[in-house]
Amino acid sequence: MAADEPLVLGIETSCDETGVGIVHGTALLADAVASSVDTHARFGGVVPEIASRAHLEAMVPTIERALKTAGISAKDLDGIAVTAGPGLAGALLVGVSAAKAYAYALGKPLYGVNHLASHICVDQLEHGKLPEPTMALLVSGGHSSLLLSADITSDVRPMGATIDDAAGEAFDKIARVLDLGFPGGPVIDRLAKEGDPEAIAFPRGLSGSRDPAYDFSFSGLKTAVARWIEAKRAAGEDVPVRDVAASFQEAVVDVLTRKAVRACKDEGVDHLMIGGGVAANSRLRALAEERCERAGIRLRVPRPGLCTDNGAMVAALGSEMVARNRPASDLELSADSSLPVTDPHVPGGSHDHGHDHVHEVSKENLYS
Amino acid sequence: MDTATPAVTVALHDGEAVVASSSQVDARRHGELLLPAVDLVLKEAGLKLDAVTGIVVGVGPGPYTGLRVGLVTAAAFSSALGVPVHGLCTLDGLAYASGIDGPFAVATDARRKEVYWARYEDFRTRAGDASVDRPADIAGQLAGLPVVGAGARLYPEAFPDARDPEHQSAAALAGLAAEKLAGGEGGFLDPLPMYLRRPDAQVPKNYKVVTPK
Ligand SMILES: [Zn+2]
Repeated sequence: MAADEPLVLGIETSCDETGVGIVHGTALLADAVASSVDTHARFGGVVPEIASRAHLEAMVPTIERALKTAGISAKDLDGIAVTAGPGLAGALLVGVSAAKAYAYALGKPLYGVNHLASHICVDQLEHGKLPEPTMALLVSGGHSSLLLSADITSDVRPMGATIDDAAGEAFDKIARVLDLGFPGGPVIDRLAKEGDPEAIAFPRGLSGSRDPAYDFSFSGLKTAVARWIEAKRAAGEDVPVRDVAASFQEAVVDVLTRKAVRACKDEGVDHLMIGGGVAANSRLRALAEERCERAGIRLRVPRPGLCTDNGAMVAALGSEMVARNRPASDLELSADSSLPVTDPHVPGGSHDHGHDHVHEVSKENLYS
Repeated sequence: MDTATPAVTVALHDGEAVVASSSQVDARRHGELLLPAVDLVLKEAGLKLDAVTGIVVGVGPGPYTGLRVGLVTAAAFSSALGVPVHGLCTLDGLAYASGIDGPFAVATDARRKEVYWARYEDFRTRAGDASVDRPADIAGQLAGLPVVGAGARLYPEAFPDARDPEHQSAAALAGLAAEKLAGGEGGFLDPLPMYLRRPDAQVPKNYKVVTPK
């Protein structure tokens, strides 16, 4: 790595993780995370005010920890990047305010960046420069999107998204129905390994020939699984938890991977990256691997720690902004809970709030 | 600086007097307004932030989101510059600015038909902790007392003797802090948020059965 590669600190507070990462070009120097997930567990979902309070408490200590781990002084930084959106408004605001204060105090350029684009860009820390274009499948408790990135700093196009629940949300809800706790992803993944994915034929949402090719729907699946379990319970029978977990998980990952591969083929893109918390799901990785190989597509999935929300992904995109000479944000930068994915970053002077909030509809269930 | 109330207010104080200040009242844009205001105040004084030897921040009470903007900004400045942060109760700034030399109260808008409030012996001396209550529930105890702050104007039936100022000013907060620092008396709070309310968090009811009975 060249010595003149950008040294960037990234701050992420869009949901319940206070993340601060430091990267040098595409090399990860520090990735400090403080999570409030345990506080939310008893509520069965992220409580916005609890998340915001936890961010405030953890913000500066996490930044200081990241600087210490990286063994650098804040004065050496070439820029400070922060998630400007999308996400929980109050949570975003803590990170944006901290980033602005550091950037101002240190006299460094500030880059307000897009959370979704960051999820894609983080793969550079694992597998080197992203090929252009890259197809990206982002799946987590907050998002399920298929994005085509032609230039991660300036050209990210939405191909499809969930029309109702996020994939990770479906995992959480089914885990709740099965009394498995929160978050649902890891426990369902674990139980599914001992179950039969073909035991129960759960529906594949939006998979008809007339359905939108790249959009997702997990609400119908969630209801179908819940009904199936209730019927068993009502009949006084035992619920085969492992088979339910495996069959439910198979329905989710089948649709995700099939649509992602199809989008790659249709667009003539030979790279697929998968990011977001659900990318840690072992069956999603295995099935994507299998289908990509068959289709001649190179699959890139960062390690699980980089797939969940973290500051390193924000730093990775910030570093790319510096490297490509993108204009910095200004001191009026605001947190935008519905920042469209088509804005990989928020350059200075763009505070007219002119973008149409087409994602507003899905925002409601994005973080509920 | 103080962002605990609808005012986004910043002032620079040199220990003797206020050098420059900026106050904007906009309950919804604390995040956007604060840093440009800091920049403006410093530019007016012809100084850079690294000339600052200490930061004073209003810790509330305040309704959540805006309050955090000032606190996290102060903490980040402190960390980046290596200077101390002194917390002060936001209501103390209003009290100090009023200059009232006898018993009175301060009340700010806590939304949800409540006020944050505290009683004062005089403009420098708070009597007891700040609380959050419905105006009608405290009108009796504050009967006959002047009440400073926007909370008084919002509820004239409960607080008929409303007094200025209506809004917080960082200039007053800095003046109070400079007095405390000069007197060596301390009396600062930790720069941590004073919410006075538990977070809104509804525990979802046990999983909702979707099959019709
Ligand atoms: Zn995310």
